[in-house]
Amino acid sequence: MRPGIFRSRKPHGVMLAIPALSLVALLLFLPLIWLAVISFQDPQGALSLDNYRRVMREPAIVATYLMTFKISVSVTLICILLGYPLAYMIASLPRKWAVPALLAVTLPFWTSTLVRTYAWIILLQRRGVVNTWLIDRGLIDQPLALAYSFTGVVIGMVHIMLPFFVLPLYATLSSIDSSFMRAAASLGAGPFRAFWTVYFPLSLPGVLAGTVLVLVLCLGFYVTPALLGGGRVLVIAMAIERAAAQYASWGVAAALGITLLAATVLSLGLGWFVTRQGRRTRA
Amino acid sequence: MNDNKPALSVEVAGISKNYGPVRVLERVELSIRRGEFLTLLGPSGSGKTTLLTILAGFTSPAAGRVFFGDKDVTFVPPHRRNIGMVFQKYALFPHLSVAGNVEYPLRMRGIDRRERRLKIEAALDLVALAGFGERRIDELSGGQQQRVALARAIVSEPPILLMDEPLSALDKNLRDRMQMELRALHDRLGITTVYVTHDQREALTMSDRIAVMNKGSIAQLGTPQEIYRAPASRFVGEFIGESAFLPLKARDGRLAIGDVLLPAGYVDDGEPRALLVRPEHLVILPTGEPDEPMLRFEGHVHNQVYRGESHLLGVSIPDVGTVMVIGPAGGPVPGTGDTIRLGLRERDICIV
Repeated sequence: MRPGIFRSRKPHGVMLAIPALSLVALLLFLPLIWLAVISFQDPQGALSLDNYRRVMREPAIVATYLMTFKISVSVTLICILLGYPLAYMIASLPRKWAVPALLAVTLPFWTSTLVRTYAWIILLQRRGVVNTWLIDRGLIDQPLALAYSFTGVVIGMVHIMLPFFVLPLYATLSSIDSSFMRAAASLGAGPFRAFWTVYFPLSLPGVLAGTVLVLVLCLGFYVTPALLGGGRVLVIAMAIERAAAQYASWGVAAALGITLLAATVLSLGLGWFVTRQGRRTRA
Repeated sequence: MNDNKPALSVEVAGISKNYGPVRVLERVELSIRRGEFLTLLGPSGSGKTTLLTILAGFTSPAAGRVFFGDKDVTFVPPHRRNIGMVFQKYALFPHLSVAGNVEYPLRMRGIDRRERRLKIEAALDLVALAGFGERRIDELSGGQQQRVALARAIVSEPPILLMDEPLSALDKNLRDRMQMELRALHDRLGITTVYVTHDQREALTMSDRIAVMNKGSIAQLGTPQEIYRAPASRFVGEFIGESAFLPLKARDGRLAIGDVLLPAGYVDDGEPRALLVRPEHLVILPTGEPDEPMLRFEGHVHNQVYRGESHLLGVSIPDVGTVMVIGPAGGPVPGTGDTIRLGLRERDICIV
């Protein structure tokens, strides 16, 4: 009789996972714990809640939270409005066009976020492509303040986040059997009613998955707000950078980081909760 | 349930359909009577499902017209045709309960809540699922799902019911039972029903008439008895029931199988013909003369198939061909290699 781990499959599987688990533990959980510890220390190293008090009370930081929230929600909503029709269209294409279409959607991934952000600056700035085009056609007199503003950041981030919404949504949409729509039609539902009463409810899990993903990514985003914001758009990631790199306030930076983590986990938890609710009321 | 909403007849006039270069339906003509249970029977690719799709309105034909009663519905979209339809995989909406599914067509027709509830109860009663209203679809077995799909299709009392191989996903025993129930439901409601299947046994059991389809055309239209006893062509004879074909040759002005002459009445018309022999028509001859006029063959058994209720013997008749015959009930079954004498009564002669 062979001893120990070869007697049942489970311990054997765990053994195989140990290298990966160790890596995650070493590079993720330990630093997180360390970060949490730092967040509860004052500059002298003593235990203190000062960092959190500053993070929750200081007006500048509270404003930063609000701005981060404003940006994230705006970008998420626009991604839903633009992404749903796009995913729907791709799902309606004959199967052979699905892969090229999805490839086109994910093409932006081939370029780094930084490069894409700079590209948007070039497009949106005062003498940029968009403004020059509009002025040349006489549609506007003065250039629009697109770059270095809230609008610019939203535009840039939507461009980056859209694939993250479209892909999970597409996965759900492509699993909706066409026979459902035919059944709805045979039962007297015109195209509009069939969409709202059958297709849309069945697509909601995908919408939710995409929404949560985009929201979570937006909360922690740095590059695009930092560059396209022109200093006018301050998000938490930038506040963390400032606290850590500029002021060496590691405690504050750590506290900001932990609160961002808490906000992210809360969003994920909400998403999970809503999905469970939805699953109970459906099938 | 359907007393004040009479069923409609269906007229298929010259319907043709192509999918790319392939001619899927070739000028199909079919008249389905009011309240009739008509089955479209055929192998895959025969066009039966395409014809049903055209009747439902999901595709339009390349040529021809479809009439429900005296109304031309050829280009009317499905949601305005007032039909009931049961799909092969049921297509029950997973985000709605059983009641939610069944009430869907009533909602679409703007029927108020109170009346909806009454009709849902009545429909679920009809399919023996009373009280199942609050269940989720994924809690149901295959047979139960099939009944919900049926209830949903008939709850709005449509004049025409279309069914696309609704029983194909069920196991045999359940299928046999559902065939009876479907037929009983049809008789009770009197809805004109168009049923698509590739299962000839199902067609024979359930239908008032069967349209046997092959390669886009109707090979034969008739009652189950007509189709079984007098197939119009070799294809129909082969598709329905067990059959063996023995080629006929001309001999001295009469038709013959090998050395055996057919009675004088059967003449050669110049076309290659065969004798259709079904296992139940062949009689295993005891020694001694039979008392009815028969064609007699002699051959040897080359295999046996155990069927449960009987044995099916494959018999090889030299210079003629192979036939299948049902082995004697009870008693010893002839073994492989045994010589066997078979008789075919003259009244069972069927030429295709």
